[in-house]
Amino acid sequence: MEIVFTAFINIQTMKKSALPDPFEKARLEKGFGEVEDQDDPVVMLLRHKDVRKCAHNWKTFQSGAAPGRIVVPSEVKIRDTRQIPFELDPPEHREYRDLLEDWFRRPLQADYQAQLQEQISAVIETALDKESVEVVGEFSLPLQSRALTLLLNTPYEEAEKWIAWGTHVFRSEESALDADKANILYDYIDQAIDKAIEQPGEDLYSLLLASEAQGRKLTKEEVKGTMILTFAGGRDTVINAVTNSIAYFAEHPASLQRLREEPEIMGRAVEELVRYFAPLTHMGRVVTEDTQVCEHAVKADSRISLCWASANRDPSVFENPNEVILDRKMNPHVGFGFSHHKCLGATHARQLLKTLLCVLVEKVESIDIQDCTENIEQWGEFNRKVGFDQLQVKFNPLK
Amino acid sequence: MAKITFITKDQETIVAEADSGSVMELAVEHNVKGIDADCGGVCSCATCHVHVAADYMDKLEEAGDIEKDMLEFADNATAFSRLSCQMKISEAMDGMVLNVAN
Repeated sequence: MEIVFTAFINIQTMKKSALPDPFEKARLEKGFGEVEDQDDPVVMLLRHKDVRKCAHNWKTFQSGAAPGRIVVPSEVKIRDTRQIPFELDPPEHREYRDLLEDWFRRPLQADYQAQLQEQISAVIETALDKESVEVVGEFSLPLQSRALTLLLNTPYEEAEKWIAWGTHVFRSEESALDADKANILYDYIDQAIDKAIEQPGEDLYSLLLASEAQGRKLTKEEVKGTMILTFAGGRDTVINAVTNSIAYFAEHPASLQRLREEPEIMGRAVEELVRYFAPLTHMGRVVTEDTQVCEHAVKADSRISLCWASANRDPSVFENPNEVILDRKMNPHVGFGFSHHKCLGATHARQLLKTLLCVLVEKVESIDIQDCTENIEQWGEFNRKVGFDQLQVKFNPLK
Repeated sequence: MAKITFITKDQETIVAEADSGSVMELAVEHNVKGIDADCGGVCSCATCHVHVAADYMDKLEEAGDIEKDMLEFADNATAFSRLSCQMKISEAMDGMVLNVAN
């Protein structure tokens, strides 16, 4: 009777913006879960310590397997191009990553930040003029796409094409893996690379085409693999983070007010939102030798995954893990991954979220949620809410 | 007031002074190369990793568990490694020399 009563209370008090932790029981009891995926099952690691340890151990848990295999669901059947540097291991990984580090730190520059601020202000101004905004398609997607023109240093107008592709680059409403949809991106990137070969400019394509690794120029296939990663890695993830942020501040107006009064906690707030949202649930690795994870035997050539979302709620590391504590001081979250392969776009994502918060604080008094449909991923026994399929809101201006 | 010397990987020496805040914040203010401080000081990125001169190790407060766990996986970690975001500036640090780890 008591259990039934508690469950009832939880349903009553669960906010629309909450992202529950579906991994709690399995993380505590055994430390892993099992996920079926196209006859290539995955042992999903759930504890913070195991996730970090295995992310660091690239020799036993490799990324440089067949292209698409470390992604869950596996993209082996729809992709031959290796994503770079994501699907490489040291030492090659380092060489390619080094080519990109400085470029991906440009979001720290003042002019980049000013342009981002201008873009995000425009998106919010447009939203303030409407009685109702569908956040995923009308707010987060345009915001993400326009900001990507800054990261790539391509013309602002290119974003319109990317917006027209819809919210998922690889996924459609009909199936989780959609080769036709992926081909739209691949064909677009092929054309953009050819254009940059003909007419080199100041964009990321041109930088890559002029770069060298392994003692030679990067091949077209390598440039393509790097660009696919940049497009795909920063799309759903940023859209989820932005949409979840809007839902969170809609239901926590006091948090918005607090950021207005204490702008110095903005950086910590971004880290905490990334911890809580964990916009990418997990990422796979291929096991190179028979070994054990959480006292569970895993065989060579099988797959594990590093569940960032579960690690970020591990109570052995985070006090009150299911609460958003905007000024959380110690926050060793793995929302951007961990170790060699930590998110290359993290500087951009952090700056984007920080700017979003700053502009919200400056222009928005409150946000009302009118309607929403949750986006729930299914991973074996776990159903994880990662964000929303649609979120209808009204933005109210600060007077 | 504590005077702290940073030596970067390319052997550039930067001397900076402060009486409050964290060592990471001081390094960022002075654009010390190799102190990226991606996460802003919440102990999630290890991009503010320094090696402390041996004679100052015992003058510092001991690293907490979260910092120690982070350092366990950091590149170039040694017995003298610290994350500078967790080093609160104090008088005892006056004269300290820090080598930037990356």
